[in-house]
Amino acid sequence: MWVGEMEAGLWRGWGGIAKGKEEGNLKRLLQNTGSSCTVVCVCSLHVAWRGVRLLSGSLVLRATGTKEGGRHSRWDTGVKMADVPDNAPEHCPGTSSEQAGKSSSCEGCPNQNLCASGATKAPDPAIAEIGLKMSTVKHKILVLSGKGGVGKSTFSAHLAHALASDSAKEVALLDVDICGPSIPRMMGLEGEQVHQSGSGWSPVYVDDNLAVMSIGFLLSSPDDAVIWRGPKKNGMIKQFLRDVDWGELDYLIVDTPPGTSDEHLSIVQYLSSTHVDGAVIITTPQEVSLQDVRKEIRFCQKVKLPIIGVVENMSGFVCPKCKNTSQIFPPTSGGAEQMCADLNLPLLGKVPLDPRIARSCDEGKSFLSEVPDSPAAKVLQSIVQSIQDYCSSHVTEEQGAT
Amino acid sequence: MEQNNADGNLAQVRHVVLVLSGKGGVGKSTITTELALALRQAGKKVGILDVDLCGPSIPRMLGVGRPDVHQCDSGWVPVYTDAQKSLALMSIGFLLDDPDEAVVWRGPKKTALIAQFVSDVAWGELDVLLVDTPPGTSDEHLAVLENLKKHRVDGAILVTTPQAVSTGDVRREITFCKKTGVRILGIVENMSGFVCPHCSECSNIFSKGGGEELAKLTGSVFLGAVPLDPLLSSSIEEGKDFTQSFPDSATFSAISSITQTLLDSLQA
Repeated sequence: MWVGEMEAGLWRGWGGIAKGKEEGNLKRLLQNTGSSCTVVCVCSLHVAWRGVRLLSGSLVLRATGTKEGGRHSRWDTGVKMADVPDNAPEHCPGTSSEQAGKSSSCEGCPNQNLCASGATKAPDPAIAEIGLKMSTVKHKILVLSGKGGVGKSTFSAHLAHALASDSAKEVALLDVDICGPSIPRMMGLEGEQVHQSGSGWSPVYVDDNLAVMSIGFLLSSPDDAVIWRGPKKNGMIKQFLRDVDWGELDYLIVDTPPGTSDEHLSIVQYLSSTHVDGAVIITTPQEVSLQDVRKEIRFCQKVKLPIIGVVENMSGFVCPKCKNTSQIFPPTSGGAEQMCADLNLPLLGKVPLDPRIARSCDEGKSFLSEVPDSPAAKVLQSIVQSIQDYCSSHVTEEQGAT
Repeated sequence: MEQNNADGNLAQVRHVVLVLSGKGGVGKSTITTELALALRQAGKKVGILDVDLCGPSIPRMLGVGRPDVHQCDSGWVPVYTDAQKSLALMSIGFLLDDPDEAVVWRGPKKTALIAQFVSDVAWGELDVLLVDTPPGTSDEHLAVLENLKKHRVDGAILVTTPQAVSTGDVRREITFCKKTGVRILGIVENMSGFVCPHCSECSNIFSKGGGEELAKLTGSVFLGAVPLDPLLSSSIEEGKDFTQSFPDSATFSAISSITQTLLDSLQA
């Protein structure tokens, strides 16, 4: 069986085990949508997982001669997409494949020399462009969590506010949560639009030294859903990094969606040619949250992203009436403290639950300037200080090394 | 043949209900778990399909640990939480070798696994299949719908917390449902108010009434508000059955009234 759809002339999706009749069905579907299709190869990936044999057959196929203007493309086992140029012959192996420029079908193709030279196998040129763009940004900090709703955006917004309270620093906040952008509301920027200038998209400014970019600024109504699959989201993130006129920045804070998927891989990949200071990991005290956060830490290790530290959010609630503390989200497995000790990570601080934080976020105000004396604000301030110290100490280290 | 198989495994499933939210951490998995337990208490046979590939929480919430998943002729055998086989569960959590391992997958791979999940689990006879989803409106959601629609989807329950930041994301999820033609069975407001166990003062930690307002604004049914309850969070943490342990709590009565409304609307 197979799943997928034709989207602007591109076949998006995966084949399951496409054999015989299924293969015929697929061809018919592509024909009905105005494409003729060649099934290049049908292969099965056998992944053995804990006693289960997961049969996940991937169908590699190529659509040629689409009615929409002949955009050719190919899903290579659904993981990476190789490009097939418009003028390529029918059996083109894809410009970034090992066989590019060498296979028998490459004979007579106008791109053969280019492919054979290996230039097409080079990484996305956007990575270099982003590297150039980001060379004027001193510090880049990612805010991550495997779990949703633990306060990534709340923390990102407050970190941005706190860093920008020093008017000598230029701060920007980038929201790469494509499907659920919360930053515009938290920064009090709902309904704002992005403007186009000669040097790219202009971010929206909260203050002279605090710029914000989010997909929320590109949507026409708060009800608009961004129903996008991975590749489209990645394209958006690329544009945010490459085409936004960030200018000179001291800090760029990147707020991410929950999970370890397209958005996360993309942001790390696109920033790979620049120096990223590290990631701040947000969690809540319960094990249900920590189990997802451990995955995120594993992700950081996999992609070699340094971890600045962990913030435990929603840590205890002090009743405003009787001043007693309740553990609404109980740290049954020792909370972030135990996890940090186990994994040898710094715990930056524990931010208590405070109804005024949620209210400030809804109203788009900074909790830090609304109630600067509250315990939560104090903890936040000290966390921000640790992050600043981390960033500046690592700059000196690097300069010392060079 | 695969197609017939897909119908086969879901043929004896009477109702399919999705649990959705644009926002993360609002309690989709908690509500799914509690609904399943309450439905079981009402004498129904229930299944849960956890399609949150990057952060599967349901196995822990039901306290099933990490059992091996077995295969039979008609597909994967779900994990049963009780001897009566009245609550079946399938989650990607069962398939991972190391519980801390991150599933660093891009969309197409997730889509493929979900296709298998939906069509290859031998659910047998079920009254209700609850599908717990990750936050957002992206690959997983489209994949689940594409695959379930061959069978049928009764509708979706949307979970939100009261703050505007959360209802804002859920509004987008409503648009997603409208665009994809999924009926909205109703909205649940979770984490609605916290009663201090020391002085009984109710604090609205995440504000109040946002879910109900959203329901009015969008013309959807408001299923009810579930308060913040440390007892609920701790039974979720320990994988205990809240409906058994605390049948007198306000939280439980909220969950059972939501369950009743849900059953009525499914049978209507």
